[in-house]
Amino acid sequence: MEWANQLCENRQFGSKMTDSKYFTTTKKGEIFELKAELNSDKKEKKKEAVKKVIASMTVGKDVSALFPDVVNCMQTDNLELKKLVYLYLMNYAKSQPDMAIMAVNTFVKDCEDANPLIRALAVRTMGCIRVDKITEYLCEPLRKCLKDEDPYVRKTAAVCVAKLHDINAQLVEDQGFLDTLKDLISDSNPMVVANAVAALSEIAESHPNSNLLDLNPQSINKLLTALNECTEWGQIFILDCLANYTPRDDRESQSICERVTPRLSHANSAVVLSAVKVLMKFMEMLPKDLDYYGTLLKKLAPPLVTLLSAEPELQYVALRNINLIVQKRPEILKHEMKVFFVKYNDPIYVKLEKLDIMIRLASQANIAQVLAELKEYATEVDVDFVRKAVRAIGRCAIKVEQSAERCVSTLLDLIQTKVNYVVQEAIVVIKDIFRKYPNKYESVIATLCENLDSLDEPEARAAMIWIVGEYAERIDNADELLESFLEGFHDESTQVQLQLLTAIVKLFLKKPTETQELVQQVLSLATQDSDNPDLRDRGYIYWRLLSTDPVAAKEVVLAEKPLISEETDLIEPTLLEELICHIGTLASVYHKPPSAFVEGSRGVMHKRLPARTGSGESTESPDVGTAAGGSAPEAAPSIIPSQGDLLGDLLNLDMAPPTTTGPPPPNTGMQMGGMDLLGGGLDSLMGDESEPLGGDIGGSPAMGAGFGAAPAVMPASLNAPVGGGLGDLFDLGGGVGMPMGAYIPPKTVWLPAMKAKGLEISGTFARRAGVIQMELILTNKAMSVMTDFAIQFNRNSFGLAPAGPLQVLTPLGPNQTIEVSLPLSTVGPVMKMDPLNNLQVAVKNNIDVFYFSCQYPISMLFVEDGKMERQVFLATWKDIPNDNESQFQIKDCHLNSDAASSKLQGSNIFTIAKRTVEGQDMLYMSIKLSNGIWVLAELRVQAGNPNYTISLKCRAPEVSQCVFQCYEAVLKN
Amino acid sequence: MIHSLFLVNSSGDIFLEKHWKSVVSRSVCDYFFEAQERASEPENVPPVIPTPHHYLISVLRHRIYFVAVIQSEVPPLFVIEFLHRVVDTFQDYFGVCTEAAIKDNVVVVYELLEEMLDNGFPLATESNILKELIKPPTILRTVVNTITGSTNVGEQLPTGQLSVVPWRRTGVKYTNNEAYFDVVEEIDAIIDKSGSTITAEIQGVIDACVKLTGMPDLTLSFMNPRLLDDVSFHPCVRFKRWEAERILSFIPPDGNFRLLSYHVSSQNLHPLRSASLVAIPVYVKHNITFREGSSQGRFELTLGPKQTMGKGVEAVLVSSQLPRGVLNTNLNPTQGTYTFDPVTKLLSWDVGKINPQKLPSLKGSMSLQAGASKPDENPTINIQFKIQQSALSGLKVNRLDMYGEKYKPFKGIKYMTKAGKFQVRT
Repeated sequence: MEWANQLCENRQFGSKMTDSKYFTTTKKGEIFELKAELNSDKKEKKKEAVKKVIASMTVGKDVSALFPDVVNCMQTDNLELKKLVYLYLMNYAKSQPDMAIMAVNTFVKDCEDANPLIRALAVRTMGCIRVDKITEYLCEPLRKCLKDEDPYVRKTAAVCVAKLHDINAQLVEDQGFLDTLKDLISDSNPMVVANAVAALSEIAESHPNSNLLDLNPQSINKLLTALNECTEWGQIFILDCLANYTPRDDRESQSICERVTPRLSHANSAVVLSAVKVLMKFMEMLPKDLDYYGTLLKKLAPPLVTLLSAEPELQYVALRNINLIVQKRPEILKHEMKVFFVKYNDPIYVKLEKLDIMIRLASQANIAQVLAELKEYATEVDVDFVRKAVRAIGRCAIKVEQSAERCVSTLLDLIQTKVNYVVQEAIVVIKDIFRKYPNKYESVIATLCENLDSLDEPEARAAMIWIVGEYAERIDNADELLESFLEGFHDESTQVQLQLLTAIVKLFLKKPTETQELVQQVLSLATQDSDNPDLRDRGYIYWRLLSTDPVAAKEVVLAEKPLISEETDLIEPTLLEELICHIGTLASVYHKPPSAFVEGSRGVMHKRLPARTGSGESTESPDVGTAAGGSAPEAAPSIIPSQGDLLGDLLNLDMAPPTTTGPPPPNTGMQMGGMDLLGGGLDSLMGDESEPLGGDIGGSPAMGAGFGAAPAVMPASLNAPVGGGLGDLFDLGGGVGMPMGAYIPPKTVWLPAMKAKGLEISGTFARRAGVIQMELILTNKAMSVMTDFAIQFNRNSFGLAPAGPLQVLTPLGPNQTIEVSLPLSTVGPVMKMDPLNNLQVAVKNNIDVFYFSCQYPISMLFVEDGKMERQVFLATWKDIPNDNESQFQIKDCHLNSDAASSKLQGSNIFTIAKRTVEGQDMLYMSIKLSNGIWVLAELRVQAGNPNYTISLKCRAPEVSQCVFQCYEAVLKN
Repeated sequence: MIHSLFLVNSSGDIFLEKHWKSVVSRSVCDYFFEAQERASEPENVPPVIPTPHHYLISVLRHRIYFVAVIQSEVPPLFVIEFLHRVVDTFQDYFGVCTEAAIKDNVVVVYELLEEMLDNGFPLATESNILKELIKPPTILRTVVNTITGSTNVGEQLPTGQLSVVPWRRTGVKYTNNEAYFDVVEEIDAIIDKSGSTITAEIQGVIDACVKLTGMPDLTLSFMNPRLLDDVSFHPCVRFKRWEAERILSFIPPDGNFRLLSYHVSSQNLHPLRSASLVAIPVYVKHNITFREGSSQGRFELTLGPKQTMGKGVEAVLVSSQLPRGVLNTNLNPTQGTYTFDPVTKLLSWDVGKINPQKLPSLKGSMSLQAGASKPDENPTINIQFKIQQSALSGLKVNRLDMYGEKYKPFKGIKYMTKAGKFQVRT
């Protein structure tokens, strides 16, 4: 009667007769009471008790102690009671496996019931009981149900196979359930087909290599027929399954597309997106000139737009996918810019995604609208969104050149608002605009400088400092501005410190007279008072440069900057292709390959878009270049993404080593002691720069040579403190270099003694620590002593020239041999040679002048910073016309791809990405030559096949042959 | 597939959990709570949250988070669509979808969830089928059940589940046969400061309430079907027929359902005139200003009808999020009532009907924090309204015919236009 009392209480509180009453029993003897009620004779009381138990279970209370009592209620003809008991069983069977056996008999009996609903319910529930002992009993009933006459039972049984597989995969395979399941794909009932597909797909996920879903034209036809008749959820399973199929030709592809297109009008957005996936994949195979191709493109836009009027969560997923679609096929949505305009009450995650797509769709045609919107967003409340909007304005300026001016003026307006974070963001993006369009918008610098004090974020401070340094000659008080930052130097973040160092050095090079003190101050702050190795290294490099060769310093520090790319966050095409194949999945939401999601052992096959069959192009590997229409027509010499530009200055170091072609000065000690370290340099800076450098640059050429040739000749007379610093610097010289192991060809005789009056020269070329060396062995086979050696090169293809004199210090006696290494620079005069890597050399001694020619391996011109950013690589690969591609075979090479990759890395051939397709490894590599030419390579290595195929792409295709030779030489040695 | 479902209320308590496979510990929701804490507003919680072993996909409806747990790669839209279906079903069964309603009917909820998914695969999500399996609770039925000991779970295999028209049950009988269709259009628009339209689009739906005996086969044709080129149909609509003849032909589900939804943007309204726009039914004149150094701001707002095709604009509600610096307002409406919440800074003005002869306006001053600088952000004005007996796009039903049954049904079609996200920037 307790129960009735409670009911009355509830009534008193005005509550209806509802299930909430089940929550009210919270007294101590609760379990005990329930037990009594469950064992009651009255059916009604039993049912109420089971309901109470279920209610407790749903809120997470532990009612497992009642297991035997609840199971006792199972044998009933009351369907509701039966279902309730089943619910309970599913939840607790695992914790009470022995008890659960008690239920088996009832299950088996129910599987034979006349009512298909009961049969289905029994087989369904049994599959949910995750107890090994029970699954054994499940097999027989399941086998029957899979062949049941009623499709409702069959379809339930199909799912049950997936359940069982999850519990005991081996059992399912042994019992042959997988084959039965495959047969169900041909079932007459579409719902059964859909469930069989769903079950097989789920099972296939844990067996990546099994051929469970063997798709062929017949089964595809069955699926397409079922597609029209099954439920919305079944349609999703079938469409996702279809997307794994690769049609044989464009006609089959078109016919599948035609039958899938009606799904675009489905009310269920998941169906729509799965259909979009199938269409995006299969249209890849259609010839572009086909009418149907154009029709299909037009049909894709409306459903995508419609997705954006759905609930925000759906919008978010849709937007993430649209982001991929507009990268792959911008033409689909190019007229739909407006639907991406942000509503003020959109959730923040929708706002940010819309903004991203707006920028991707921005073009000259719609830029005015876009800018007006972005400006509006910049006054919103949400800080993250405002920041991104301001940044977006900068990206528009960089992307759409015609709009740059308008963007800059919009940014200036925003700076006038004086809202702190808006100003800071604006300054960061204006820096990028300056990079992209040098010498165009400097008029705004004054306005920027007004806001110097309000900047408190490192990125904004660094950007502002960069601007001041870059345009120091136009800012009257640049020195004061930079000096003001210097006061709190040690409290700044590294980013700002590095930028400040560079900016002051730039300033010094531009206005040497007034800023000497400033530059010394910053150099000593950076080198002596800082613990940060990056900062210290950069400080020393500048210090060295300024003290040895200010002209070179100028060339290095004020060098022309590489262009920044238009779009910084494009997904690289291979990943994009893979993601397009996974539209609608988690991978597409996170823009990461599916392999990044699936846990542990489960492998994932990489999906690729099918190749177009009609057009007959044989574009291998990153073949998107031909697919994506009209991107970046101008040839950009070298593009680095804008994020990298803080380091840009530093990297330039390698490209322009000091030029010291003058006669060797007396190799006296270096006059760097004390504070007068810049004395010599200053004179020459202020002198006429076009004149060849005379010997009045105290001791610097020797330093230049020493820098390259490693500390071979370190004068002992250095002042102690500076010496310490220099020591660091030399360490740096050795340490910056790549791990040794660059390929060095064996020495060969270049000049036989017979031809040179007894002087025999053999030698080779090497690249050590970033410096090209000519390594020579001079042998005197004559009878007299040889002295006064000197060397000169003829003009050559890459401007190779000796960076110092030939250091043969002692006279070379008869039958004596000396090994010399001569550092080379690449800034000499250039003339194209044939073959390209031919070098004509003149060697002089006290006897005569001798001439010979030799060929250097082009690999020694490969610089250390030749590793391209992935996106840049892909953009560049696309940009280079296919005519510039050449293919070679490397025969009899037995390295695996990883060994090859690390070997090549030793010679500055950098592997950027590796992909494995059907057992074939594709390595994508980049090489940068000392004259700034990039060579992109794709190396294909098939396991077990000693012949490699290599494709080279370069804007200067002449070098390909030489590069190929290097590959061969490196790989085979 | 979908592993588990947790229902979380606005105060962050899990009040219901359901597992379709093995049990996933509640602690997985901690990742959700973290995201919830980071979000400034409840609706800003990201819909997909990764955790080390699972993914959480959530929707927020009726201030309840429905958090689904998945373990392997599952299309997120599939999960979100399913969660929406759960919400719709609850609403259908209990009238409202609130924490109290769910708790009141927890056993039915549990039975429903069990019936909707099997091992994470959708099983029965059509309300027609579910209602045959599990009877919706009514006070009468509860009382009857208690007395007679009968149950609210169907004993029979649901008939519709396997037929070629799974959305319709067989053996439907009505004494009054009727079919009603509501054409409801919502206009989404962004109007800029100067009053010109930045974007305007119409989201339309045709909702039906069909109570017809037997297996009726209906056709619905439009005067101007050209308007509908971006449509999503209920599965019952025969797509081929639509493609070929622009006629909607279907065997309707029994009861309430959404026949189709469509989208009309400014472009496809008048394909020849590129700049033409969706007609904007109301205009707003506003003057909201803050002066530097003054602790007062001016607020003036006047509403008027624009292109309404002669129909009255009613149920007008204006709301606006005023800048944080506004302490209070002192405004006078010419009609209706206005409220300002000094905490949330939400101004809302219930205008009612717009009388074209005497335009409603709201004027007065706003007081600002003394000495504070003038607010940076400009408030956006959000407007809701209704226009009866008119579909803004001009969509008109031509005729509705029934085949397959002999009786004469009663037919009715209603049109209505509402404001969706109608925003005016200032």
